[in-house]
Amino acid sequence: MIAHAIFFYIFSVIAVISAIMVTVSKNTVHSVFFLILDFISISCLFIMIGAEFLGMIMLIVYVGAVAVLFLFVVMMLNVAQQKNQWFISKESSGHIPVGLVISVIIFFELIIVIGGWKYKPDLLNSTNLFIEKGVSNTHSLGQVLYTDYIHVFQISGMILLIAMIGAIVLTFRQREGVKKQSYLKQISRERAEGVEVLEVASNRGVKIDD
Amino acid sequence: MIEIGLGHYLTLGAVIFSIGIIGIFLNRKNIIVILMSIELILLAVNINLVSFSIYLGDLSGQVFTLFILTVAAAEAAIGLAIIVAYFRNSGTIRVEEIDKLKG
Repeated sequence: MIAHAIFFYIFSVIAVISAIMVTVSKNTVHSVFFLILDFISISCLFIMIGAEFLGMIMLIVYVGAVAVLFLFVVMMLNVAQQKNQWFISKESSGHIPVGLVISVIIFFELIIVIGGWKYKPDLLNSTNLFIEKGVSNTHSLGQVLYTDYIHVFQISGMILLIAMIGAIVLTFRQREGVKKQSYLKQISRERAEGVEVLEVASNRGVKIDD
Repeated sequence: MIEIGLGHYLTLGAVIFSIGIIGIFLNRKNIIVILMSIELILLAVNINLVSFSIYLGDLSGQVFTLFILTVAAAEAAIGLAIIVAYFRNSGTIRVEEIDKLKG
């Protein structure tokens, strides 16, 4: 139990500090690296608490795909030198106290909600899908995901497909001056536009225009 | 303090959620950091769902965490594509200079 507590505090302190560094860091690349550290420590927490499959998926999806996507965009847009100096810009610093007040209010509301179930414990009754003993986390998730939640699963696949199409359409750019093969033009070519039959007069020849 | 319960995980989720909101408000230079703050907020929601799922012995929280993960990945891809398209058209992604809809 004490090891659980020690590891929980280590990982959560790392997660909170790196979350703060994501927002405060001056360099955007450093922000992305702290975001990766945050995801890794939270997935360690997930594995520790007993949700191994989600921890691993989080490592693969977030660290392997989303964070690398962020790094690619930061590299492409060349914003690494453009410093992130929110505390220096004088003309627009009026929003800082507003943001602090709003986030502190939200934090205390969440804390009140967390404390609320101590006084009304029957809020915590849940009899939907029991986690079976003796079955691994991945096995039990797979049993539920492809039977009870099959429609939601397929809809999430559709969401991913639409996101992929949207990202390609948004970033696709037709370049000028690039020679390309046009199948439609090749197939729809007629005899009339390719060949011309000329009457050649004797001793005069024809002038073939270049 | 030693006994780690549901409240500890929910508090961690609340802290990370609030840090994400602070990030959205405070950041005025770079719109990519705002997208990263949105990722932090989704991460906090995932922490809440997983910890409730484990401590209540109910699997549906983890299933919905999986779907939130899907939507978050799609949202990051679309958001970054929009940023790339905007940068190509206007040459800047500073939050202060993106004011085309201001009139």
